[in-house]
Amino acid sequence: MSAAPVPDTLRAPLVVEFPFTRSLGPVQSAFLTGLRERTVLGVRAADGRVLVPPVEYDPETAAELRELVEVGATGTVTTWAWNPEPRAGQPLTTPFAWVLVRLDGADTTLLHALDAPGPDAVRTGMRVRVRWATERAGAITDIACFEPYESADVHGTRPHDGVFDDPVGGIVAPARLDYTYSPGRAQTGYLQALTERKTVGERCPSCTKVYVPPRGACPTCGVATTDRVEVGPRGTVTTFCIVNIKAKNLDIEVPYVYAHIALDGAGLALHGRIGGIPYDQVRMGLRVEPVWTEGSRYPDHYRHCGEPDADYDAYKELL
Amino acid sequence: MTPDPRTPDREVAIVAFAQTVHRRRTDELSEVEMLMPVLHDVLRQTGLKTSDIGFTCSGSSDYLAGRAFSFTMALDGVGAWPPISESHVEMDGAWALYEAWVKLLTGQADTALVYAYGKSSPGSVRDVLTRQLDPYYLAPLWPDSVALAALQARALIDAGHTDEPALASVAARSREDATANPHAQLPGRRPQGDYVVAPLRTGDCPPVGDGAAAVVLAVGDTARALCARPAWIRGMDHRIEAHALGLRDLTDSPSTRLAAERAGAFDLPHGPQGMGGAPNVDTAELHAPFSSQEVVLRRALDLDDGVRVNPSGGALAANPMMAAGLIRLGEAAARIHRGASDRALAHATSGPCLQQNLVAVLEGDSRAR
Repeated sequence: MSAAPVPDTLRAPLVVEFPFTRSLGPVQSAFLTGLRERTVLGVRAADGRVLVPPVEYDPETAAELRELVEVGATGTVTTWAWNPEPRAGQPLTTPFAWVLVRLDGADTTLLHALDAPGPDAVRTGMRVRVRWATERAGAITDIACFEPYESADVHGTRPHDGVFDDPVGGIVAPARLDYTYSPGRAQTGYLQALTERKTVGERCPSCTKVYVPPRGACPTCGVATTDRVEVGPRGTVTTFCIVNIKAKNLDIEVPYVYAHIALDGAGLALHGRIGGIPYDQVRMGLRVEPVWTEGSRYPDHYRHCGEPDADYDAYKELL
Repeated sequence: MTPDPRTPDREVAIVAFAQTVHRRRTDELSEVEMLMPVLHDVLRQTGLKTSDIGFTCSGSSDYLAGRAFSFTMALDGVGAWPPISESHVEMDGAWALYEAWVKLLTGQADTALVYAYGKSSPGSVRDVLTRQLDPYYLAPLWPDSVALAALQARALIDAGHTDEPALASVAARSREDATANPHAQLPGRRPQGDYVVAPLRTGDCPPVGDGAAAVVLAVGDTARALCARPAWIRGMDHRIEAHALGLRDLTDSPSTRLAAERAGAFDLPHGPQGMGGAPNVDTAELHAPFSSQEVVLRRALDLDDGVRVNPSGGALAANPMMAAGLIRLGEAAARIHRGASDRALAHATSGPCLQQNLVAVLEGDSRAR
């Protein structure tokens, strides 16, 4: 047992990525389908204002809004911000202005990008028009961006029934965020020990329980775990289950046993697969040892180590 | 007589506050390892143990560090056994404090531990924050947090409410004040730098970093026993505006003004003995991550030059996401604790361009007593 030194910090890339599939309400569907057809629709609010982009419910009264109108594809910039370094996913890859645009006929503004040669070419009040994307699918990105365009503001709307062939009913919005994960002091020590095929936990100075893997704090006492303790390598199966459904991309034949294993010296069980023994012979109290495979950063599975079974009293507190 | 709904039956005070030294990176610490010393600090200040705390509430967001259910891991630092009464908000800790305040007002607890933490260093917070936007019309364009604040700043400049030199002076004053704050990430005046998204320069933007904070709340005589000069919460309210930026007047913050009204910020002081002749508030801790947002908040709250704004340096000096709002409440309370303020306003914000705002009015007992 030794005071845990501060190990070199581990880091690894972590990507969180998922495609959100979202269904659309009738107003959103009409608006986004309209963009696909190069038509901009707004919705009339309870107070008579025309909202673009349109919403399903009145922002002030929550009344259901359904009266659609067509507004212009030209409009006026109400505020702007020059973006010298576009970021991933943004509408343009060259420097551009973020703009709020009030389209002709609308009373509210829409956020998008304005393609302009530089900040000197942009001002509040300037006239712009929609530049349509070449490929349009029924999404806000069907507007590629806005572009400067001198024209008169004809502040009018036309009624529109919002009906189009093949209306879009949903959008798929991919979201990807990139992180650099670092596990902190306690887990770094645990991971570094695993590279030497050792399992280390940390002891709570208050209740003396040894946590494996350690997370740096005793969740019972709310204090930092301070002393690093090597545990195992052998342990006892405290409880187990038999897995009969093959997980996707998992190269293990079913049925197999997944068990809670209390490594000798640990204050709680970790989990692992039990191999090398028929699944129906695994039992509580079975003594096991880790099996490492070449290049692996953690035990592939645990196997019976030949010792007689542990007494129930020896592990009942660890269930 | 109908009781004034703004004057609750129970008195609740902030009796302790602690925060980390906020830093750009804390790679050597997990979230719980970063948070735990702060929890221990507030408990030590009050002499309370986890088992003495009636209610625990926290604020954090898994998206910042990309760690699912990170708040359950953070609970390891509390010592939640035997099982404690606990709640969590996926919001700034100021809203966790609001929940705890309500819990204490209802009589279900006499003390509360409130904490918040955020590790922005593992990810890119400008991009992470785009994921809180409307998923149909905004999020697919990935408009980052600086871009949206810059649209607001331009609107303020166009309306004649500020200009770039005035924004620079907000930034300079904040970092100058932060030299007296040992927890600040950016203490001391520094160059405004280049445009990040014009008209906002590096100096107008908050630092990105990691940090945590905690406070202890207590009622009535319990508060008096735990703290020499409790910071009584005289009122607190929070209000939200439409999520569509195009529906809002970005130069104003009606939600802040309404929350302040409901919190009693514009009323005369109403301590036990009154504070005749005292100003409404002498201090305001405003959660304005961007220099331009302080301009909006000052106008919405009608703060004159007699009010000391952000003596801590504010969010321009340290902006640990999810904790920076709670820190405003904590800093205001700490000033009352040490006698540097008698009546302070604390504000927290959430969402793009000050979409949602919380205002609390804190007051110390008259020192004549």
